[in-house]
Amino acid sequence: MIHLKGGLGWIGGALLLTLSGCQREQARPLTVVGWGGSSQQAEEQAYFRPFSAATGIALRQDSWHGGVGVIRTKVQGGDTSWDVVEIESEDLMLGCEEKLFEPIDWAAIGGEGFVAGARHDCGVGAVLWSYLIGYDGDRFAQGGPVSWADFWNTARFPGKRGLRKTPKYTLEIALLADGVPAREVYATLRTAAGVNRAFRKLDELKPQIVWWTSISQVPDLLASREVAMSVTSPGRLVVANRTDRRHFKTSWDGNIYAVDYWAIVRHSPRKAQALQFIQYATRADSQLRFAALIPTGVTNKTAASAAPPALREETPSDPRNMTNSLALDTAFWVEYGDQLTQRFNAWVAR
Amino acid sequence: MQAALTGPRTSQIDARYRLWTLALLAPAALFLLLNFAIPILTMLWRGVSEPELISTWPRATRALRQWNGIGLPDETLVAQVGADLLSSQEAGTLSRAANRLNFAVVGSRSLIFATAAALKSNPKAITLERLINIDPRWGQRETWSALRHAAGPFTSFYLLAACDRYLDADGHIVSVPADRSVFIDVLMRTFKISVVVTILSLVLGYPVAYLLASLPEKLSNPLMLLVILPFWTSVLVRTTAWTVLLQTHGVVNKTLLALGLAHSPLPLLYNRVGVYVAMTHVLLPFMILPLFGVMKRISPEAVRAARSLGANPFTAFRKVYLRQSMPGIIAGSAVVFTLALGFYVTPALVGGGADQMLTSFIAFYINQSLNWGMAAALSLLLLGSLLAVLLAARLVVKPAEVLG
Repeated sequence: MIHLKGGLGWIGGALLLTLSGCQREQARPLTVVGWGGSSQQAEEQAYFRPFSAATGIALRQDSWHGGVGVIRTKVQGGDTSWDVVEIESEDLMLGCEEKLFEPIDWAAIGGEGFVAGARHDCGVGAVLWSYLIGYDGDRFAQGGPVSWADFWNTARFPGKRGLRKTPKYTLEIALLADGVPAREVYATLRTAAGVNRAFRKLDELKPQIVWWTSISQVPDLLASREVAMSVTSPGRLVVANRTDRRHFKTSWDGNIYAVDYWAIVRHSPRKAQALQFIQYATRADSQLRFAALIPTGVTNKTAASAAPPALREETPSDPRNMTNSLALDTAFWVEYGDQLTQRFNAWVAR
Repeated sequence: MQAALTGPRTSQIDARYRLWTLALLAPAALFLLLNFAIPILTMLWRGVSEPELISTWPRATRALRQWNGIGLPDETLVAQVGADLLSSQEAGTLSRAANRLNFAVVGSRSLIFATAAALKSNPKAITLERLINIDPRWGQRETWSALRHAAGPFTSFYLLAACDRYLDADGHIVSVPADRSVFIDVLMRTFKISVVVTILSLVLGYPVAYLLASLPEKLSNPLMLLVILPFWTSVLVRTTAWTVLLQTHGVVNKTLLALGLAHSPLPLLYNRVGVYVAMTHVLLPFMILPLFGVMKRISPEAVRAARSLGANPFTAFRKVYLRQSMPGIIAGSAVVFTLALGFYVTPALVGGGADQMLTSFIAFYINQSLNWGMAAALSLLLLGSLLAVLLAARLVVKPAEVLG
């Protein structure tokens, strides 16, 4: 009997440990989750530290690589360790439908002050980012590529091409390179013939493609001359130009853009503070502080109009950068993502 | 009489020991059950169960299960599906049903949402004709067959899909079109990469382990540190280091060119070569450590005895040393092979398009598309084939034979 009691004691002890773990969860500070790397370092400078200084609210950081599955696991498992996450539009859409996020109190945030794509039932636009052509200016001194058609032109611009190893962005780019106008890209991709056309266009470039999986690979791929040009987000290259004295250049024609959001994870024990943080981080002055560190599009209208010219040139805030540009169609990828991912992987392995 | 006196006493002691043992094991067993067995089984369960439609459309799924699936459904079934569609829209659970149907027939997501929106104007009088007017796909057997197959409670849908198969409207198992057939290829590729990495680790790790085991401790300890050191560095960092070494204008290629061993840079990165090199490097300690543990216990006298009895060095090694180190080879290979099957980050960073392993798809379905049924089915496929391979290996190589 004594031995049994010993066993029960162990179990009791384990349970107590678990419970005390839960209690610590309650006492933890407001937790904000970003994407790590240089972008989160900039967020720390532009948002996290000034927010804590201004409000006296302690803030803890965490980072992740996206994927609404992570949030679903947390919410369904009763894990409330995260309050605010920075999240991509597809993940936000799926998660919002599944009620994995707290609805945004737009009356408190002030919806009129934001650009159209930044308002979502479950999220407030954090950054407007773009995928476009990046290349090493030293390599093409006579003038670099200016369109996706040039990206395909390996006779005029010899060298390998970097593309993200996902059907998302890649299929859109293939159609843009094949001469499909931006406004017809998704209508074309919704047909079987359109998908075939995109893959046929990709066949042309396939031997020249180097696939990357993480955006942080792109500056290295360009710097090591592994590729002559690559799909990239411009911020990374601008940062590399500043810190490593590179001469990377970008071409904006036909860029694909999307919004990343701040969202509050369902059952967050610090809902009020979370909203307060989002309010602070989406203010015009905060967003401009961030954009000065990593050039990205701002979602606050006041910030967009107040951006200095040098910054505007490097972001979607300049209308000249938005010719023939394409807004990422989240609904399309939620619906066709599984099938096209299978087909893309079958194609890429062939 | 004596036996009667001692008998109960030993069994009492035995029982007490047994109780002790159980009590000591209980926390660990409970921990394993709660944190390991139950979550994994619950996850794998999703590969064969069909919870989405049952929970969102309770009455319609009951009617769908009773339907024989021939032709198009009758009006009572149509009305029931329409009614549940509207009530789940009201309850905010329509997206679960829509996403589930979209896994089977792409485009169903928007079909379901558009139909719910159109039916809302007049929630009564839901007929097949009205549905077909909203979208002609309601007049196709594929749509209704997908509904029927998703009505649960169990399903073969995900497991078939994991084997590049599906059930057509007539209930026959057919292959998906070649341009989307991917999982069997990826499974084969995953096993091939794991086998090659295991062999490479063994070939490279065996001499190292031998050296470590035969050197005096003063020398072997610092060398052992070098083997363990990579454990303290993240896999990501080690993989990135290989990128620097193997790239077109990287250290390896520059050396080869300078030595005149190659005329133009060799493609060592973003292909299978890169995957083999980086994965072998990451997994090598898992081969060396078990080998070292076993070799340390092999007496050097045994080989010397064989030599003095006339065996040449090779025979002495093969018959005496290799035999005795076999448990280490088996343990190390099993660990490396199993870990290699689950690799994901390394092939993504140093591999090309044709080097993706199965786990990257599992991660995609878990995280990106929330198709957890598919993720579970792919996990079952991987687990099942691993068990099959281990079982086959056991039948071919009898442990007793190897050890004896």
